[in-house]
Amino acid sequence: MKTIQELEEIRKKTLDTINVRKDRSGTRVVVGMATCGIAAGARPVLLSIMDEVKKHNLADVVVAQTGCIGMCRLEPIVEVYKPGEEKVTYIKVNASKAIRIVNEHIMQGKVVDEYTIGVGDK
Amino acid sequence: MEMYRSHVMICRGTGCTSSNSEQIAKNFEEEIKKSGLENEVVVERTGCFGLCALGPVVIIYPEAAFYSMVKPEDVEEIVKEHLVKGRVVKRLLYAESVDENRIKAIEEVDFYKKQVRVALRNCGVINPENIDEYIAFDGYKALAKVLTEMTPAEVIDTVKKSGLRGRGGAGFPTGMKWDFAAKSQNEQKYVLCNADEGDPGAFMDRSVLEGDPHSVIEAMAIAGYAIGANQGYIYCRAEYPIAVKRLAIAISQARNYGLLGDNIMGTGFKFDLEVRLGAGAFVCGEETALIASIEGQRGMPRPRPPFPAVKGLFGKPTILNNVETYANIAPIFNKGPEWFASMGTEKSKGTKVFALGGKINNTGLVEIPMGTTMREVIYEIGGGCPNGKKYKAAQTGGPSGGCIPASEIDVPIDYDNLIALGSMMGSGGLIVMDEDNCMVDIARFFLDFTVDESCGKCTPCREGTKRMLEILERITEGKGEEGDLEKLENLAKNIRNSALCGLGQTAPNPVLSTIRYFRDEYEAHIKEKRCPAGVCKALLNYTVLEDKCKGCGICAKNCPSSCISGQPKSPYKIDSGKCVKCGVCMQKCPFKAIVKK
Repeated sequence: MKTIQELEEIRKKTLDTINVRKDRSGTRVVVGMATCGIAAGARPVLLSIMDEVKKHNLADVVVAQTGCIGMCRLEPIVEVYKPGEEKVTYIKVNASKAIRIVNEHIMQGKVVDEYTIGVGDK
Repeated sequence: MEMYRSHVMICRGTGCTSSNSEQIAKNFEEEIKKSGLENEVVVERTGCFGLCALGPVVIIYPEAAFYSMVKPEDVEEIVKEHLVKGRVVKRLLYAESVDENRIKAIEEVDFYKKQVRVALRNCGVINPENIDEYIAFDGYKALAKVLTEMTPAEVIDTVKKSGLRGRGGAGFPTGMKWDFAAKSQNEQKYVLCNADEGDPGAFMDRSVLEGDPHSVIEAMAIAGYAIGANQGYIYCRAEYPIAVKRLAIAISQARNYGLLGDNIMGTGFKFDLEVRLGAGAFVCGEETALIASIEGQRGMPRPRPPFPAVKGLFGKPTILNNVETYANIAPIFNKGPEWFASMGTEKSKGTKVFALGGKINNTGLVEIPMGTTMREVIYEIGGGCPNGKKYKAAQTGGPSGGCIPASEIDVPIDYDNLIALGSMMGSGGLIVMDEDNCMVDIARFFLDFTVDESCGKCTPCREGTKRMLEILERITEGKGEEGDLEKLENLAKNIRNSALCGLGQTAPNPVLSTIRYFRDEYEAHIKEKRCPAGVCKALLNYTVLEDKCKGCGICAKNCPSSCISGQPKSPYKIDSGKCVKCGVCMQKCPFKAIVKK
């Protein structure tokens, strides 16, 4: 028999994994996964973002992919959309940079300036 | 449970399943594995999304991209493009969801925009065979709240305050029904669910049971607590195999979690459920007949009173609610009765699910707030009649209901307005008819159904409906007489007043309603022996237009009864005495030289 507390735990745990179907109000992390992105190493980036999101139980974060946005030389590209804020585009991301982006930008709200397209592409 | 970045939701409701969605699901699993994505992407089988006309339907989150009419061979492309590279396969998307440059999420397309999904809240969103997913979206929260914070009287009061009325057809206030049963003193009481959905064209209840079975189970437990019952039965028709299977899975999962059985959630409350299968008799949707059938008797109604709330199943106080009614219960407790009562019209609160069928583009399931007009349902959600045909009428309430003609299309839909129009809400079947439908034939069709389904216990229904059908058949065969309409109206009045149960009392409605709005069509059949819509075969004649006929002979070659004769290059002739009116000649004629009149 499950108690009400146990049900509440099941609810929280399951919601983390399936909330992507209902709630589209949270943060969206989009990884460019066209041929150019994949060739430049987008898959390990995507996987490390997913791991990090899972590790910290970030229920309102959606990890998605997108196609080529035309700046193939800057791939892997990761874009972060926070509600009410301007989109931030990170370039030439790798797995460890991705972890920093999740920790600093997504969790603490501090944009990692040095990886952004404005600073990184100079 | 693992975290997945993308969820592929595949409809496994009856509609999409019959167009091969299981194969699609298997292909997805295989292709995803081939691409090494099995730890990133999950495939879930879910309930009805509502847009059955475009099935099989696949929705991929987080984009909520809406793929329609997916074929098993399309799966590879969707996996390689969408799931591997993040490029949505536009060619396979539901056309309405592609806006020049942007792809709309499912809830932004016209079909869903006007809908408010309460009873269908989880359909197409969760995997109905996984209780954890139901729990995640606030499942069993209402039951927990009811059992720990509320008295039975408060529960009934909440349902009363919400204004919820029975969704099975008659619209009796649900809270009052529960109250009557709660006040009947007895050690043993029962909670029943009517899932014997029988109206032609209606499949709301099936979709709820297939897509969200736990919502019904949770609500029945709440009802059991409210009236003091510890046993419930779901009476489901055997023709719904997927629904029956999912119910069985859901009940056993609920038992494993201690959400059914003894001492639910440790509160000491006891409640259990069983499924009973109906054998396909329409009359068993009537409450007293349904009860007799569960008891193992022949499914026939008995006079009321005593009402089931006093003397129901096995002679004990019983409540019986429809599937959709139950599906509304948990949200009323989670979001409050005021929230529910804020939707709808003065006397009809909340939403109603309709099964759109007939001559309409978006065949499927829609849930709209009460008070939405028929025009919004038919044109904005349903996409209008196919092939640019003109809307003639919509039939609601199945064999117990009537028609809403084009002149009344702007009336807000609620219980009382539909009754004033001579129809009724019914369980929610909504069959759209266009200019090619003959209203006399429609009335004949529904009466034919009730004559078939009459149980035969009372004379007005057994004999009366049969006599009405005979008159209607005569009219459609061109043998109508002056005075037939008066005879029909007189019989209808008497059957309505004297039949034993709802089936008989409402059986004349389709006839009365079509006479009310389409008397001219009846008169054309009777006086001019003419069917204006060109449906009634006996009143049709196929003729060759001599000026258009090129004498090619294709009609004569294709005629199955060899009734067309002529010489090449001169006009052919149809012998109407031998003609079986199959219409093949008209279809085959390359010059449109054959017409039916």
